Formats: sequence, structure tokens, C-alpha cells
Amino acid sequence: MSQLTEKEILDTEPTHHSEHIVSPKVYGLIFASLLCLTALTVAASYVDLYAFNVIVALAIACLKAVLVILFFMHVKYSSRLTKLTVAAGFFTFFVLITMAMTDYISRAWGMW
Amino acid sequence: MDSQAIATHPDQAHAEHEHSPYLRHHFANLEQQKETSTFGMWLFLLTEIMFFGGLFCAYLIYRNWYYPAFVAGSHQLSIGLGAFNTAVLICSSFTMAMGVHAAEMRWRKPLIGWLLATIFLGCVFLGVKAIEYNEKWEKHHVPGLNFSAAGFTKQDPKYPEDRPLAPDMAEKTQVYFSLYFAMTGMHALHMVIGVSILVILVFRAWAGAYTQGHMTTVENFGLYWHFVDIVWIFLFPLLYLISRHQ
Repeated sequence: MSQLTEKEILDTEPTHHSEHIVSPKVYGLIFASLLCLTALTVAASYVDLYAFNVIVALAIACLKAVLVILFFMHVKYSSRLTKLTVAAGFFTFFVLITMAMTDYISRAWGMW
Repeated sequence: MDSQAIATHPDQAHAEHEHSPYLRHHFANLEQQKETSTFGMWLFLLTEIMFFGGLFCAYLIYRNWYYPAFVAGSHQLSIGLGAFNTAVLICSSFTMAMGVHAAEMRWRKPLIGWLLATIFLGCVFLGVKAIEYNEKWEKHHVPGLNFSAAGFTKQDPKYPEDRPLAPDMAEKTQVYFSLYFAMTGMHALHMVIGVSILVILVFRAWAGAYTQGHMTTVENFGLYWHFVDIVWIFLFPLLYLISRHQ
């Protein structure tokens, strides 16, 4: 069999599900990172960053969620179908949140 | 294939034995069967994301509407208990991931051990949540059942920089606590369902299931458990942390 690039292999096997077994080492590493990020977000909440308290807290939460989704939920090692499903779901979710927020922001804040 | 067909086509019946015993007849092969169940599980989780997303959206909008009430309400929560529970849930996600790994490696006893550890950590989380709910009840912070805004119109000695709320804004802390109970309550309900399913998984794993190559159930349950963890990863900063300095 001639040498195929990874992309070509994926293209010829659209539902290819690699039987990738994630090693406990990876789980341990992600586990430790999640605990560190939790400590970091608690510590950051005790520092007065004004408006940035919210942004820092949500950014850390998003990072933690991405780590859980990619590694604990195996999306990094999943087929393209699964990756697309997850991405499409979150994209739709952000569209809905953005539209709802845009509606409220474009009305007179403080005048309700 | 039903038994009638096997009886009339013995050659096909022989072919059936080539297949894995847990391959359902409407799938071409095990890979497709597994892919389909993963796809279906993720679709379910996406509906869950939309469900919790609606609550998060309501929280963000009301927080902007009744900002001082939400800050005062948030100051009633214990960051220590919230952080402890976050760590407990992250540990339980780790034990669940290790359980899935044990099933992949076909290790029966480690699988049962990791699932039991997950049950234990899930129960610890629910226990701490019960302590927090009990504290809310004692402080009269349960809207609809046992609520008094009196505490919010006076100076709180724990937060000397907090100014007392006007009586109408103090009443709006009910919106904060309603959303607090709706969001953490729905999350706790998911935890209770998760622990219940885990108990069933342990019994079936005890009987030898999931460690003979077919472990889609454990894997998909793992997805559910990690999803519940992710919901808490967002609930913790939004409810406990972001108003600390406002």
C-alpha cells in the first residue's frame, strides 16, 4: 500500500473510529491540570480585577471544559463525525446565547 | 435474524456465528455500531447543553438586571464548600475515566473499583450540597418556601464593603436564589440519576459485563458523567466566584 497522508486516510474512511486507548498517564495529567486550574480560579476570585474577574473566571472554566471534552470524553481521539457533532452543537449554542444577549444589550440597559 | 429465517436458511445461520454476539443485526459491523451509539449519546448531550444553556442565559440576563441583589446573594455562598465540591467532581471524572480505561483493558476488578470510587465521590458531592441547602433553609434563603429578605437590608459584618440593599432590591435576591436552586437542583438531579445508573453498572460489571470487549454502555455513561462535571465547572464560577469583589 502506497504511503497516504493522514488526511487522505481520513477522507477514505469517513466513519473511521480509531480504537485508541488513552493511557492513564494522560488522564492523570489532565486530572492534575484541572485541579490546578480550579485552585487558580479560586485564587483569582480573591484578587480584585474589576470587570476582568468575570472574564478570567469564564476563560478558566472554558479551558477546563475543553480539557474534559477533548481527553476525558475522548473527542480528540474520535471520528470526524463525532468531532463535527460536538462542534456543531456548541456553535449552535453560542449562536443562541449571542442572539439572546444581543437582544438585551440593544435595549436600554438600566431602563427596565 | 429471527429463528425462522435461520431454520429455513441453514447456510446463513452458519454465517451468523461469524459475527460478534453483541452486534445488532441492523449494523454492518461493530465499528459502525459503536460509532452510532457515540453519535446518539452526543446528540442527547447536546440537548442537555441547550437545556442548561437556557438556565445559564437566564442567569446572565437577570444578573445584569438585578446586579446588586445578585452580588449580595452570591456573598451568601461558601467558596470553600463550592471549591471542595468542584475538586470532588473533578476527582470523580478522573475515576470514571479510569473506569472506562479498565473496561477497555478488560480488567473486571479495577473496573468495579473505579465505578465504586465514582459512586462514593458522587455521594460526597451530594452530601456537601445537602449541607449547603440546609444552610440556605436556616438563613431563610429558599424562595417560595422559607424566604426573608430582612438580612439584605442590614449591614453584613462579614462584608463591610457591601452596602445594605434598598427593600425593593433586597426582594430581588429571590431571583438569585431561585436560579441558584433551579441550576444546582437540576445539576444535583443529574448527579442522583448518574449515581443510580452507576449502581446498576457495578452490579452488571460484578456479573462479568463490560469486560469482554463490549463496553459501549460504560463509555457512554462516562460521557454523561463528564458532561455533568462540565456543567458544574461553569456553575461554580458563575454562582460562587464572579461576584466576590463587586
